Amino acid sequence: MSATVAATAATAPATAARGSLLRGVLATWRGRTAGAVLLVVVLACLVGAFVTPYDPLAQDLAAARQTPSGAHWLGTDLLGRDVLSRLLQGGASSLVAVLVAVLVRTVVALPLGLAAGHLGGRVDQVITRVVDLVMAVPTIVILLSVLTLFGNDLLIGMAVFGLLGSAGLVRIVRGAALAASQELHVTAGRLMGLSRRQVAVRHVLSRVRGVVIVQTTLFATIALGVQTGLSFLGLGAPPPEPTWGGMVGEAASVVQSYPWLMVPTGGVIAITVLALGVLGDVVRDTTADRSSASGGRSVRRRGRVPAADPGDPDVLLAVRGLEVAFATAAGEVTVVRDVDLDVRAGETVGLVGESGSGKSVVAKAVLGLLPRNGAVVAGSAWWRGTDLTGLRGRGWRGVRGSQIALVAQDPLRALDPTSRIGAQLGELVRVHDRVGRRAARVRVVELLEQVQVIDPAEVARRYPHEISGGMAQRVAIAMALAGRPRLLVADEPTTALDVTVQAEVLDLLRALQAETGMAILLVTHDWGVVADACERVVVLYAGEVVERADAADVFAGPGHPYTRALLDCSPDQPAPDGTLRTVPGTVPPPDAWPTGCHFAARCPRAQDDCTQEGIPMVELAGSRVARCIHPLVPAGQPVGLTLERSR
Amino acid sequence: MLRIVLRRLLWAVPLVLGVSLVVFLLASLVPGDPARTILGESATPDAVAALRTELGLDRPWYEQYLSWLGGLAHGDLGTSVFTGEPVTTALNSRLAVTLALVLTTVVVCSVVGVAVGVVGALRGGITARVLDVVSLAGIALPSFWVALVLVSVFAVKLRWFPATGYVSPDQSLGGWASSLVLPVVSLGLLGVAVIAKQTRDAALTVLESDHVAVLRANGLPETRLVLGHVLRNASIPVVSAIGVVFVGSLDATVFVENVFVLPGLGSRATQATVDHDVSVILGIGVYFTLVVVLVNLLVDVAYGLLDPKVRTA
Ligand code: SF4
Repeated sequence: MSATVAATAATAPATAARGSLLRGVLATWRGRTAGAVLLVVVLACLVGAFVTPYDPLAQDLAAARQTPSGAHWLGTDLLGRDVLSRLLQGGASSLVAVLVAVLVRTVVALPLGLAAGHLGGRVDQVITRVVDLVMAVPTIVILLSVLTLFGNDLLIGMAVFGLLGSAGLVRIVRGAALAASQELHVTAGRLMGLSRRQVAVRHVLSRVRGVVIVQTTLFATIALGVQTGLSFLGLGAPPPEPTWGGMVGEAASVVQSYPWLMVPTGGVIAITVLALGVLGDVVRDTTADRSSASGGRSVRRRGRVPAADPGDPDVLLAVRGLEVAFATAAGEVTVVRDVDLDVRAGETVGLVGESGSGKSVVAKAVLGLLPRNGAVVAGSAWWRGTDLTGLRGRGWRGVRGSQIALVAQDPLRALDPTSRIGAQLGELVRVHDRVGRRAARVRVVELLEQVQVIDPAEVARRYPHEISGGMAQRVAIAMALAGRPRLLVADEPTTALDVTVQAEVLDLLRALQAETGMAILLVTHDWGVVADACERVVVLYAGEVVERADAADVFAGPGHPYTRALLDCSPDQPAPDGTLRTVPGTVPPPDAWPTGCHFAARCPRAQDDCTQEGIPMVELAGSRVARCIHPLVPAGQPVGLTLERSR
Repeated sequence: MLRIVLRRLLWAVPLVLGVSLVVFLLASLVPGDPARTILGESATPDAVAALRTELGLDRPWYEQYLSWLGGLAHGDLGTSVFTGEPVTTALNSRLAVTLALVLTTVVVCSVVGVAVGVVGALRGGITARVLDVVSLAGIALPSFWVALVLVSVFAVKLRWFPATGYVSPDQSLGGWASSLVLPVVSLGLLGVAVIAKQTRDAALTVLESDHVAVLRANGLPETRLVLGHVLRNASIPVVSAIGVVFVGSLDATVFVENVFVLPGLGSRATQATVDHDVSVILGIGVYFTLVVVLVNLLVDVAYGLLDPKVRTA
C-alpha cells in the first residue's frame, strides 16, 4: 500500500516529463556534458574529415613522433602523419559503422517486437523462438566469418552485428508492447475517435521509447567497441587508412618509446564510449519509474523530539502525532499526518480506510518497515515506554516478533518462495526460543497445529507454491505467532483470500486471540471484518484519522460523514437496485491535499468553513471522536484520548 | 529437471545447423576463391582448378555442406585449407587455453560482482555512486582498450606481469597464473560491472519484497535475513547474468587473446579470418556454439536448484 501511495505521489512528474525527454536529459549536468561531448566528436569527425588540416595519409618521416605543437595539435605518429587528421577520418568511418549497426538493429527489431507483443498467438511464438535461437549464437564468430567471406568489409560486418543484436531488442520491445496492449484492454473504452490500432501503435511507441533509447545507446557503445576492436585486429580497412582501433594498436606497440601517441588515440575512444554510456544512464533515469529512480533519496525526521508518552499501563501501543513522508523526484510528500491511536492489551482495533488512505503506511511505520524513501518525520509510536520510531537495527531485537508481529496481506507473497515452510518457520522459532534444530522442529509442528493445519508435518515439508492461499495465510499467522507476540499487526489478512476462506481465517484469529490474549491491530477496508472482529475502530481518510470510536457506536451511527459514506457502500449495504454503492469522487492524492477538511470535495455536509483551515478532532456523543466541524452526531463531553475506551 | 536438460541439449542441433548453414550459404554466394588465395596470384589456372577439385570446391555448396555435416557427425570438422592440419586437432589444444581464461574470468567476476552488488544494495549513498561509475566504465570501455592500457601500465611500466604470452600450468603454475592476471582483468571489468549491477538490482527488489518484510517484522535478525533469504532469492536473476557474462567473455577472447598473444580459440579465429580459412572459422563456430549451449544448460540447472518452482514443475 505504501508503494501505491508513493507511486501515486510520483506519477504526476513522470507523466509530465514524458513529453520532453530531451529537455529532461539536458536538465541534468551529466546529460548536458555527455551530449556536448558527443556532439563535438560527431560534428568534428563528420565535418572535419573533409577539411582535415593535413592529408591523413601524407607521411613526413622528418616530423615523426612529435608531441603536440602549433602545427600538429595532437602530434604526429610513427610515420610523421598528423594524428588529428587521422583521428578525424578514422572517426568518420567508425561513426558510420556504428550508425549502420544501430539502424539495422532498430529497423529489424521494432516491427518484429511490436508484432510479437501486440498480435500475440502464432506470430509471437515464432518470433520468440527465433529470438531465443539467435540469442544463443556466438556473435563474434559469425561476425568473423562474415568478414572472412566479405574480405574485411567492416560495414557489412557491422550490419550483421546489428542484425544479430536485434534479437535482444525484439525481446524488450515485445515485453513493453505486451504490457501496453494489456493496459489498453482496460482503457480502450475511454478512447474514442481513434481506431484501436492507431491508439495501440501510438500508445505502445510512447511506452517503449525510453527503453529503446536506453538500449540503443548501450548498443552503440558496444558496437563502437567491436568496430574499434576489429580494426585494431587489422580486420577493418587495410593499413594506410586511418582507423581508431588501428591507431591505438600502433600506439600500444611503441608505448615505451613514444607514450604520447597512446593519449589521443586511446583517449578519443574512451571519451566517446563513456559519453555514450553516461547518456544512456541519464535517459534511463529520466524515463524510469520515478519511485525507483528516487532510490538514493530519503527523508529525515523533523527534530528529535518524540511526542509525549501517555504512559497508560493498559495501553500497549500508543501512536501520537505520527507523520510519515516519502521522498519522490518531485520532493518530499507527506502521506500520513497527525495520527493518534491506542491499542490496549487483548483488544482488536480496526484500522479502516480505502486504498490510498495511508492505513498500511501506519501499520508499516509502527514496525519500522517503511520503504527506503519513506520515514517517520514527526510523532511517535510508544510501546510500553519505548518509542518505536527511534529504533534502528539491533534495537528491534526483543520487539519484532516477540512483542509485535506481522501478518501481511498476500499470503503467497509473504512466504519466501525458495525455502520450505518448515525451514522458514523453524528459523524464527530458533531465534525466539534459542533452541536447536530438533527442538525447533517440534515447536514448528505445534505452531502449525495451533493455526489448525491438518497435517503439520507434511505441510512443513512443502514449498509455499505447493499450498493453497488459505493454507499459506495460516502458515503466515504461525510465523507471526512464533515469538509469542503481545500485539499482532494484521495488514488486510483476508483481502487476498476466497470468501469462504476469509471467514475461516477471521475465526482462527479470534480463537488465537482468546487463547493467547494478544491484541490485534487489524488493517482492513471491509466493514464485515470490522463487525466480526473489532472492538474499536479508527477510520483513516487521505492520510488523516477522521474518526475513532467503539465499533458498536460506529455501527449505531458514526459521527463523521466519511465514515457514514464508507459504511453505506460496504457490500452488506447494497443500494435498493442491488448494485454496490461507492463513495462518489476520488481520494485526493498525497501531493494534492486541500486546505481544511480532506473530505470536503466529496462531503454532502460540506460548508464554507470546512475549507478554511485544518479541522481538529472533536469529541462527540458516546465514544466517538471525529475530525469534523459539522458532525452527524452531537458533541459530547470533552474527554481526553486515554479515557475513550470501551465501556 | 531432466526434461529441461534434454531440451537444452537438443537446442545444440538447430543452432549448429543454423550457424553452419549461414556460413556455407554466404561462402557460396560470395565471389573469391580459397584456392586462389592459397596459391597466390601467380598460380596458373590449371593449378588452381586442381586444388579446387582436391578441396571439393568445385561441387555445389549444398553437397559441400552435406559432406561437412557428415564429417561433423563423426567428429570430423575437415582440414584447414591453409595449414593442412585437421581442424579438430588445431582447435582442441587451444580450447584449454580459452576455457582457462574464460572460466577464471567468470569465477572472479561472480565473486567480486556479487560482493560489490550486495554491499551496494545494503549501503546506498557513496558506495552506490562509486559502483555506478565503475560499472559505467566497465560496460562502456572496450576490452581490447582496457587490455592495452593494462599492458602499458602493469607490464611495460611496472613490469609486474608479462605483457604477452602464455605459460602452460604443467610448466609453472605461478607463471600460468601471472600470465592470466592481466587478460582476466581486461575481460572481467565488463563482467564485474554487469554482475554487480544485476546483483544490486535483484537484492534491492528482494529487500523490498513482502516475504523479507514479514521475516524481518517477525524477528529474524538482519544478517540471517541477508545471508539466508535475500541472497538466495536474488541469486536467481544473478545466475542468468553470469551466463550472459560467460558468453560475452567468450566473444571478447577474440580481442583479448590477440593483445596478450595467448594461443586460444579467439586468436585462432582472428588468424583464420585474415587467412579466409572457412573450415577453421566453421570449426570455431561449432566449438563456441557448443560452449554456449553448455553454459545455458548450466544456467538452467542452476535455476532449478535455486528455484523450487522450476524444479518441481
Ligand atoms: S468538516 Fe465539513 S467537509 Fe469535512 S467532513 Fe465535516 S462537514 Fe464534511
